[in-house]
Amino acid sequence: MAEASRSRKYRVVHYVNQFFGGVGGEEKANIEPFTIQGPQGPGRLLEKLFREEKADVDIVATVVCGDSYFADHQETVLRDLIPVIRGYDPDLVVAGPAFNAGRYGMACGAICRSLEPLGTPAITAMYKENPGLDQYRKTVLIVESSNTVSGMEDAARKMVRLGIKRLRGEEIESPKTEGCFEQGIRKNYFHEEPAYRRAIDMLLRKINEDPFQTEYPIPFFDRVEPRPALPDLKGVTIALVTSGGIVPTGNPDHIESSSASKYGKYPLDGLETLESKTHQSAHGGYDNTYANEDPNRVLPIDMMRTLEKELGFKPHRYYYATVGNGTSVDNAKKFAKEIAVELIRDGVQAVILTST
Amino acid sequence: MSYAKPRAGVQPVTHQWNKITVSDLGFSSPTRLENGKLLIHIDELTSLLRSDPNIRDVKLAIARPGESVRIIPVKDVIEPRLSLIPDYPVFPGVLSGWDPDVNGIPSGEIVSVSGMVVTTVGSIVGFQEGLIDMSGPGARYSLFSQKLHLVLDITVKEGIGRHDHETSIRMAGIKASDYIARSVLTPPLPAGSGETLINPEDPGSPASPKRAVGNGKPRIAYLYMLQTQGLLHDTYYCGVDVKTMLPRRIVPTEVLFGAIVSGNCVSACDKNTTYHQQNNPIILELLRRHGTDWDFAGCVITNENVTLGDKQRSSSLAAELIASLSPDGVIVSKEGFGNPDADLMMNCSKIEALGIKTVLLTDEFAGQDGASQSLTDTHPKADAIVSTGNANEVIVLPPMETVLGDDRVITELAGGSSKCRLPDGSVAIELQALIGSTNQLGFETISSRFK
Repeated sequence: MAEASRSRKYRVVHYVNQFFGGVGGEEKANIEPFTIQGPQGPGRLLEKLFREEKADVDIVATVVCGDSYFADHQETVLRDLIPVIRGYDPDLVVAGPAFNAGRYGMACGAICRSLEPLGTPAITAMYKENPGLDQYRKTVLIVESSNTVSGMEDAARKMVRLGIKRLRGEEIESPKTEGCFEQGIRKNYFHEEPAYRRAIDMLLRKINEDPFQTEYPIPFFDRVEPRPALPDLKGVTIALVTSGGIVPTGNPDHIESSSASKYGKYPLDGLETLESKTHQSAHGGYDNTYANEDPNRVLPIDMMRTLEKELGFKPHRYYYATVGNGTSVDNAKKFAKEIAVELIRDGVQAVILTST
Repeated sequence: MSYAKPRAGVQPVTHQWNKITVSDLGFSSPTRLENGKLLIHIDELTSLLRSDPNIRDVKLAIARPGESVRIIPVKDVIEPRLSLIPDYPVFPGVLSGWDPDVNGIPSGEIVSVSGMVVTTVGSIVGFQEGLIDMSGPGARYSLFSQKLHLVLDITVKEGIGRHDHETSIRMAGIKASDYIARSVLTPPLPAGSGETLINPEDPGSPASPKRAVGNGKPRIAYLYMLQTQGLLHDTYYCGVDVKTMLPRRIVPTEVLFGAIVSGNCVSACDKNTTYHQQNNPIILELLRRHGTDWDFAGCVITNENVTLGDKQRSSSLAAELIASLSPDGVIVSKEGFGNPDADLMMNCSKIEALGIKTVLLTDEFAGQDGASQSLTDTHPKADAIVSTGNANEVIVLPPMETVLGDDRVITELAGGSSKCRLPDGSVAIELQALIGSTNQLGFETISSRFK
């Protein structure tokens, strides 16, 4: 079987920008996408290297798009191009290499990311400072290239080696050893040693000042500076947002008790206070007995109403709630972005965040 | 009236630990051990547990490794043990009054069954307890899949409060474990395996080696963090709720006797059941190679409370207590995740600030796709971390023929979701729901790395 699959003929589609597509430089960056049958520019080199590695590869088509056109019309370009590419029934799509060309790198990343979930393997290459790297490294296998076209052959060779593995359906366990950037994705595996032994070994190395490798390198954390206090609340619209899981009874949106994948938006109109009959905690990370007894303990509507009269602010008509328990930072950021857009649209000027 | 015994100059506390292997479980009267098979008198055990007025019904069942059985939702797992030391019973302070500082910890013998555990299940307060699969892909993630289980499915009377409910079920597991131990582990005992564990010298003792006059061996201490965040997130030391305590030193082999009892099971992957506490592998390894490969300087337990002030106070005290042991380095194990990440980082940074090196054991919550950052708090000094796996990673568990407990709760478990049931009866669930799968005392081999 292995021999048979090795002797198979593979169909590859190549994506390039206007420069590598032979159209022209920056002055042609606005050209609309078009397709050339067969390889073009670096595609010829790729095809030659595939064959040198004994992979019977035909680059059946080269898809070209101007970098500026892609950047300005990404959504429509992807909507139109992805079916065109898949129409060639490719076993693999290669995009770039993009080197340090920012818009080109973004386009290569976007194309690969759109294809992968559809079951079409797609790879690209770029320089470590290309903005496409940060944007797409988590979802796309990106080969590390030099910053200029002088590194073309080296990048092409690495792409071909990776491409052959993907053509053969091999799982890429360690992108780094394939010459790719680490995807920054945590993946579980079974170590030979239980964790307690690894911990003691690591401590002995640390004590002896021998080199050791942490199993989780500490990431850079966002720190949000608090805004200055508002001098006067009169007339200001204030919203309540909580990660403490206070939802209408029955948890209508089924917000998970841990690892929340969503948040809810619930009305406060006509509510003077929260009651145990009407609201509850959906949060599984703390003893919610007392929050269920009196939900104001986590989402202080009763106090808002009192202070509203005293200080003259306007409470927003809705509150937002999610569960902070084990919820990934990426999900939390996504919720915050969506909630913030709505709050700004609705004229909210200040937010009180309650957590548990 | 009793007084603390003088300790200076005395021999270190030494415990002989004998293990009697159980090869199978069955129901028969009387409760006994027969040719390696543990037989349990159903009526006697049931009526003992039903003497708690809050308990309405107890159903007993047996689960064996390799069987198509799912145990859900699990409250606690306990290994039956019997202390042969007069006046120092197992579960000190829980089944009888005990103050470790008044009585001291006497040396002597303890016997345990090996290969068999008591497992309590039943809907506790609605959601969040974990599951054990006895076969299939889930079995690889938990040491409990390799144990024989006596499962106690407990129903409480209607109308009792959640805290009383939790207490009743916690105590039922302890009582059942004690009942089995008393029934079958009294001498003369069948042949088993045994080992002698010698504790570090009390740091107050003149015989205790200090770093300054050390013998060239690295001195290692252990900071043992216990989750203490309220109902179903609590832990007990000698019967005392650890959230009401300050950090303190313990004699490491106290854990063998059940001095630390679990009252928590939510987000089951990284909660220490009582079994985990009784068999803490960090303590056992540090004791077994103590005096040969290193000097075990001692063990400090600390809590993970919910307020910032408590966290600051406990971490300052824990760091001070660790420093009093004059170690070169310290292993720090965490329990739970999220909020306790802050306790872990405070402990780490305050201990490192005293010139003592740290290694931290933690699991990760990096999202189902592994793309998110794993901890809710970090510190630049946390440069030596052992990962016990990403608990958000999803595993597909096929249906099991037998469910012990109630699997209707599976969508509500921490790690489950309203969409986790697949059309073929499988569940796609986060590792979070498998009890002990990412245990931070380091029992398991799972880890996580960058892809």
